[in-house]
Amino acid sequence: MNRSEFLRLSGLGLISLCLDPLVILNALAADHAQVPVLVLIELQGGNDGLNTLIPYNQPAYYKLRPQLALPKSEILPLSAELGLHPALQALKPLWQRKQMAWALGVGYSQPNRSHFRSIEIWDSASQADEYLEHGWLGRVLPQLPANSRSLADGILLGETSAGPLNSLALRTLALNAKGRLPRSVSRPVNSSQMPESLHHIQRVEATLNQGARELNQRLSQAGTLPVKMPDTPLGRQLGQVAMLIRAGIQSPVYKLTHGGFDTHRQQDGIHGRLLRELAEALGAFHQALEPQGHWQRTLVMTYSEFGRRVAENASGGTDHGTASPQLILGGRVKGGLYGQQPQLEDLVNQDLRHHVDFRSLYQTIARRWWGLKPFWPESQIPVLNFI
Amino acid sequence: MQIHLSLQQKWILRGLGCLSLLGFVGLPAQALTPDEAGHLLRRVAFGPQVATVQALLPLTRTQAVEKLINETRSQSVSALPSLPVLEKKRQRQNEAQTQKNQRERNAQSQQLKAWWLQEMLVTPSPLTETMTLFWHNHFTSSLKKVKSPTLMAKQNQLLRRYALGSFADLLQAISCDPAMLRYLDGAVNRKAKPNENFARELLELFTLGEGHYQEADIKAAARAFSGWSLDPNGQAVFKTKQHDQGNKTFMGQTGPWRGEDIIRIILAQPRTGEYLAFQLWKSLISPNPNPTLVKRWGAEFARNQYQIKPLLKTILTSDAFWAERGSLIKSPIELTVGSFRSLGLPPDAEGLVLTSRQLGQDLFNPPNVKGWPGGPNWIDSRTLVARQQFLTRLVEMRPTLNPVLNLSLLPLAPSPASDLSELLLDQRYQLK
Repeated sequence: MNRSEFLRLSGLGLISLCLDPLVILNALAADHAQVPVLVLIELQGGNDGLNTLIPYNQPAYYKLRPQLALPKSEILPLSAELGLHPALQALKPLWQRKQMAWALGVGYSQPNRSHFRSIEIWDSASQADEYLEHGWLGRVLPQLPANSRSLADGILLGETSAGPLNSLALRTLALNAKGRLPRSVSRPVNSSQMPESLHHIQRVEATLNQGARELNQRLSQAGTLPVKMPDTPLGRQLGQVAMLIRAGIQSPVYKLTHGGFDTHRQQDGIHGRLLRELAEALGAFHQALEPQGHWQRTLVMTYSEFGRRVAENASGGTDHGTASPQLILGGRVKGGLYGQQPQLEDLVNQDLRHHVDFRSLYQTIARRWWGLKPFWPESQIPVLNFI
Repeated sequence: MQIHLSLQQKWILRGLGCLSLLGFVGLPAQALTPDEAGHLLRRVAFGPQVATVQALLPLTRTQAVEKLINETRSQSVSALPSLPVLEKKRQRQNEAQTQKNQRERNAQSQQLKAWWLQEMLVTPSPLTETMTLFWHNHFTSSLKKVKSPTLMAKQNQLLRRYALGSFADLLQAISCDPAMLRYLDGAVNRKAKPNENFARELLELFTLGEGHYQEADIKAAARAFSGWSLDPNGQAVFKTKQHDQGNKTFMGQTGPWRGEDIIRIILAQPRTGEYLAFQLWKSLISPNPNPTLVKRWGAEFARNQYQIKPLLKTILTSDAFWAERGSLIKSPIELTVGSFRSLGLPPDAEGLVLTSRQLGQDLFNPPNVKGWPGGPNWIDSRTLVARQQFLTRLVEMRPTLNPVLNLSLLPLAPSPASDLSELLLDQRYQLK
C-alpha cells in the first residue's frame, strides 16, 4: 500500500489534500494512526445460511423444510428474492443506510463436511486438498505499515481459536474474560548461549508485556461506551472491541467467536436466538462506534466452516452442508447483495453449489480495505465490490 | 521455597562438577555430569527424576543411552480402561439415542486420554512413551474423524508395540490398522472408486516426503491398497472383489501390486531411511538437521532392516546430540507430564487431559494429518501465559526440590536460583 492509499483508508484523505502527507503520516505514527480495522466473527458450528438470508420466493425452500421454513409474512425482505430471518431485525437499519452487504453462496470446490477440516481450510485459505500450516492473515498483515499494528497484529477475544491469525509471522494477543491482557511473569535469562527457541519465547513475552502495559493504560483512560451492550458473550466481547477501537489501540484485526450453530436438532429456537444475539450485539456495536467516526474505519465480517443441508432432517434440525452467505458491515461498506444465490433445484449431493470462492472475501479485504496487492491472481479469485 | 543444602551435599555437588571438568578435557573418567544426564532425560524421558539422574551419573554417554534403550517396554504398565463398543449409528435413530451415543463417546475419549497420560506419568520406561508419542504424531489419526475411542486405543497399542521395534513392520501394520483405515479413508478405497487419501499421505508424510514421487505413483499406490475395509466389529478385512488386481507401475516397477508390495518398494528407496532420520533429528536433536549425517543414518537404518533401536542409539550417542542444549521447545505433554514426574507430584492424569488441551496438545486429536506443527508454534501469547499458570499451580503444591534435580532440570548456563518458583518460571524451563 502506498502512502496516499493508506491515508485514504485512514479516513484522512481530505486533510491530506491540504497538508504534506509526510507530516500527517509522522503525526499518525507518533500516536494515533487510524488503522482500518477488521472484525472477524466466526459463526462456529456451521451457520444455516438458508435460514439466515432466506430465498423466500422459492417453493423448494418450503417443500424441503416443512418444519423449519420461516413463514413468508415474518421475513424481512431485502430484495424480491431474499429476506432476513426476523431475528436479524436489529440489523435492518444498517441495510437501509446501505452499510450492510451479503456475499451469496460462499464456499469452495470439493467441500469438506468435517467441522475441523473445513474451518482449517477457511482459516488457512487453502484448497480442499492442501494443508497450510498458518492462517491467511499471516500472509497479509505483514504488508501493512508497522505503525498501524504497533500494539499487535491481531487481538483475540473470548474462547476463540487464533484461526486466521495463527502464524509465527504475527504478534497476536488474547484478552481474558474481563477484556484485559494477562502479563507474562517468567524469569528472563541472559545466557551466553541463546538458541532461537529462547529468542522466540522472549519475543512473545515482550509483545505480551508491552501490549499489556499500553492496552491497560489506554483502556483506563477510555471512559465508557455511549450505549449499553447486550449482556451476552458476543455482546460483551464486541463491547470490549468497541472500547479498544475507541481507545485508538493499534491492531488491525479482532477475532471473536459466536458458537452453537451446529444445529442438528431442534434448530428452530436455537438458531433464532443465535441470530438475535448476533444482530443485537452488532447493532449496539455500530452505535458504540458511530459517534467519533470509528464506524468509518471498521469492517465486520462473519464466516462459518460451512452452511447446512437444504432439506431438514428428522430431528427438526439440519446436517452439515456447503455454501452459505456471509455478512459484511461497516461505515464504508457498499450495501447490497454480491455474488449469486445458489438455486435450490440445482444441488450437488443434496447440497448447494457455491458461486463465490471464500477467498474472494479475503482478496477483497486485502485489496480494497487495506489497499494491498492481490493475494491471488484476480482472474482466479476476483474481488467483490462490497467495499 | 528455598533449598537447604547440607555441607555434605555441597561437597558432593562440587565433586560432580570436577568430574564433569575431567570428562570435558578428555581424561578417562567419562561419567555423565548432572547437566548431561538432564539433557538426555529431558530429550527422551519427560525430564529428569532424582532416581534416574542418580542411576545415570556413574555411566558414560553410551552406557546411559544403552541403559535407557534396553529398559524400554512394548506394552503399557497401566491397564487400558474397558471401552464397551458403542452402538452403531443406525439410519433412523431418535434424538435420545444419538445424544446418548455422543455422551458415551465423549466419556470414553476422556478415559482414553487419561489412560495414556497416566501411563506417561507412571511408566518406568518414559522412552517408550516418548517414541509412542513420536509415532502418534507421525502416523496421525484423530478421534474427531475416527469417532471410535476403541479403535484409537488399538492404534495406540500398535504404536507402542513397534515404538522401538521395526519400522518396516510398523509401516505394514499401520497400513491396515482400523483407525488409520478410517482416518485416511482407506476403508472406502475400492476398485471402482479409488480413494487416494492414504496413498498420498503414505508417500508425502509417512515415508518419502514431498518431491520424491510423482502423482502417478499416488494413483498406482491407491489402486494397490484398494479392497481394505472395516467389518461391523471394526476389524480390518481385505475384500478381494473390491481390490484392483490389474498391473500398476509404482516408482518405475510394474506388477499386480498389493499394499504390501507398495511398502516393500518404498522401503527399498534410500529416501525412506533419510526421511525418518530427518524427522527423528527434528524431534530429538534440533530444528536444523545436518544433511550429511541424516543421509548416513538413513542408509544405516535401511541396512539394519529398519530396526529403530540401533538408529536411536546412533542418534543419542552422536556428538550432534550432545552438543545441543535448549534448542527445542517442550511440547505441552513434555512440560506437564515432565513436571509431575520430575517433582514427584501425585499423578493427576484427568487434570492433565484438560491442561494439555488448553496448552495446545489434545492427545488423540492432532490438528490434521501433518500432526502438531510444534517447535515455536507451541508458544504464543496465550499458551505462554497458560504454561505459567500451570507451573504456578505446581509451585503451590509445595513439592520439594532435590539438589540433584536442581542441576539437571534446566538446559543452558547459568545455574538457576534455588527457589522452586524461580526455577519453574525460568524461561529455560520451557526448553529441552
